Amino acid sequence: MTKKKSIFTQEVIVGIVLVALYFIFRTISSDFGKYTTFLSMMDISYYYALMAIGVAFPLITGGVDLSIGTGMICYALAGGCLIRFYNVPTGLAMLVSILFGLGIGLANGVLISVMGLPPFLATLCTCMITRGLGSVVTGSFAIPWPTAKQDNGWFHSIFKITLADKTKLPLGLVWIILLMLIMQFVLAHTRFGRYTIAIGSNKEAAILSGINVKFYHIMVYAVSGLFAGLASIAYAAVIKTVQPGTGAGMELDAIGGAIVGGVSASGGYGTIYGTVIGAYVILFLKQGLPYIGFNANMQQIITGFVLIGAVTIDIIKRKVIK
Amino acid sequence: MGEVILTMKNIDKSFPGVHALDHVDFELKRGEVHALMGENGAGKSTLMKVLTGIYTKDSGTITYEGREVEFHNTHDAQAAGIVIVHQELNMVGDLTVAQNIFIGREFKKGFMIDDRKMIQESKKLFDELHINIDPKAKMSDLTVGKQQMCEIAKAISHQAKVIIFDEPSAALTEKEIEDLFAIIRDLRKQNLGIIYISHRMDEIKVITDRVTVMRDGAYVGTLITDECTKEDIINMMVGRVIYEDPKTHSMVPADAPVVLKVEHLNAGKMVQDVSFELRKGEILGFSGLMGAGRTETARALFGADPKTGGDIYINGKKVTINSPEDAVKNGIGYLSEDRKRFGIVVQKTITENSTLATLPKYMSGLFINKSAEKEVTERYIKELDTKTPSADQLVVNLSGGNQQKVVIAKWLVRNCDILIFDEPTRGIDVGAKNEIYKLMNRLAAEGKSIIMISSEMTEILRMSDRIIVMCEGKKTGEISIEEATQEAIMDKATRDIK
Repeated sequence: MTKKKSIFTQEVIVGIVLVALYFIFRTISSDFGKYTTFLSMMDISYYYALMAIGVAFPLITGGVDLSIGTGMICYALAGGCLIRFYNVPTGLAMLVSILFGLGIGLANGVLISVMGLPPFLATLCTCMITRGLGSVVTGSFAIPWPTAKQDNGWFHSIFKITLADKTKLPLGLVWIILLMLIMQFVLAHTRFGRYTIAIGSNKEAAILSGINVKFYHIMVYAVSGLFAGLASIAYAAVIKTVQPGTGAGMELDAIGGAIVGGVSASGGYGTIYGTVIGAYVILFLKQGLPYIGFNANMQQIITGFVLIGAVTIDIIKRKVIK
Repeated sequence: MGEVILTMKNIDKSFPGVHALDHVDFELKRGEVHALMGENGAGKSTLMKVLTGIYTKDSGTITYEGREVEFHNTHDAQAAGIVIVHQELNMVGDLTVAQNIFIGREFKKGFMIDDRKMIQESKKLFDELHINIDPKAKMSDLTVGKQQMCEIAKAISHQAKVIIFDEPSAALTEKEIEDLFAIIRDLRKQNLGIIYISHRMDEIKVITDRVTVMRDGAYVGTLITDECTKEDIINMMVGRVIYEDPKTHSMVPADAPVVLKVEHLNAGKMVQDVSFELRKGEILGFSGLMGAGRTETARALFGADPKTGGDIYINGKKVTINSPEDAVKNGIGYLSEDRKRFGIVVQKTITENSTLATLPKYMSGLFINKSAEKEVTERYIKELDTKTPSADQLVVNLSGGNQQKVVIAKWLVRNCDILIFDEPTRGIDVGAKNEIYKLMNRLAAEGKSIIMISSEMTEILRMSDRIIVMCEGKKTGEISIEEATQEAIMDKATRDIK
């Protein structure tokens, strides 16, 4: 009994939904169709997409990482502090932010894999810790990163470049696509990726196959932390001033994106391209719905229903396989 | 035997691509124990699912208590008095026995649950069945055997007229099986109709009145148990003669070196001071009752559970095994008794499962070399004669026997010299069982050393070159195959049980 693979995978369906959403919003609202709207939406999309790529890995193992939202703010604050107060070169500060994320990710991994805390609990704790830590390092002050016009503000051009004729291009999109392809390749074609999926499908079988599951389980959370670190840079580039105490809830949008994009809520299956497409669907709903007359509350309700739909598809899919 | 209570006639059921039931007939009388036999995939469970309303039949008729019926779900069937005692017990471990028996239909006093009445009713049920279980005990504190008794009590409390037992003895000790049989005989006396699904030929002879055999979704025939032999039934099931006699002498050459030596292995209560040797090309049988500590010994040896003491020598060299990773590095492979939980990743392909323990060998640089991976998988599919359309097939779609072959392939790909087979043929049908046996014999002949844990006496006597018997966490005997008899093994297996 070989089943023919349907080309209408959840990823493809969500991709179609994404394109449809864009054109629906455009048709209804002329403002939404403006290039500047598109540009600012892309700006915001990068850190969501990066968080989503990272958190897809814990999700595929059947876990979760709730620390990425507040973590991202914390890393951005730490990096910003270094530039602001200690005159550290921007490049070095960025590296510190990223490594900070990696470190928290590793800590999550150790708590979960070595000490045996449930992922939900472990990352909830680091979520609180990073949220508090961000305020502590800055003395509760908001920290502005250098602006694009300042000398040490060159990092803005990673995400958006201005051509000679003053047109701006969303360069960040290129990096997102590149990282998406790389991480998809990692998931599908490396040992780390294969074991990530194996842990999500049947951890016991993986252990009894002689795989060092503890190590790979830590690495899964390290990847999530690393991408939260990368996201902190994208965040700093868009949000002029980073506020301590924020960030809670952003992880849910990233997780929602991954789930909408076909990552199985119970682990064992997922793709990174699906994750990124899903993240953009959530983002379009978030940013686009206000343009066609829905307020923020309505937009949250609609997003909730979209998530229910996505998870339902996942559950039906599993039933069909059984 | 009384009058007919249930007749299924011309039952036909197809799934996309599979003709699961091909005009099957089945008849059950009051006061009869009727065995339903057939290899896995023969259609037994499908037939029972049609009967209890889980599946809807395409055509055919079901006559129950003289009128035609069609149940739309198990609840309907239950209400009419047809209940299943499942192989996997459906109990809530943290609730008490009484709470479990009346779950979903609790007695109430006002808006409060009347626990006292539930306990009283449970007691009455147990008394009727002559079983001694405290209704207030927590379900998870009971042995598997006792839990099953509760499941039966629950079935009877539904005013059952027909009870279906789906492989009830799979997880029971000999003693518990006897208790179960006593209950079944009792139910028979009370004029209930009983359908008994099992793979164990010995039980069929002991407990059933008639046997209906199915093969490939079709009805083969019905025999009166007393008038037929084991071989008759097996021949009907597989359409060929396969029964084999016990091994009479060890196949291991006298000068075969010791490959594995375990000394004073300790791991909690279930593994106490266990020592043994395994020689090259040997099949070492581990016999004992359920809960004797055989699986625990294997898991401790394999590093899956922590040990508190003991030394392990491989080819004369002392090794440290603290994790399955260490064990695999030392060439030990473990095939779990619970394949779905510990052995395979069901939603993944045969290829991914086959190389799960060996992935570092199939890397080119950082990346998995998928064509090499596929090549080796296909080689073992051919070598082990695994029945699958392709290496990309999801393991979940394979039969039990073929899933077991995938696990064997995983360890052969890894080139393990010591293989621990824990209940190698559990849940595998007769035909496939034979193939697994042949495969194990071949592996031993090729110089692999095998530890085989088995609760089936016939399997132990047929496969082992030497037998180690355990009881309550201790090794209680070691018997060469030349001296082994069922009685000698049972004597040692029950030595410490008062």
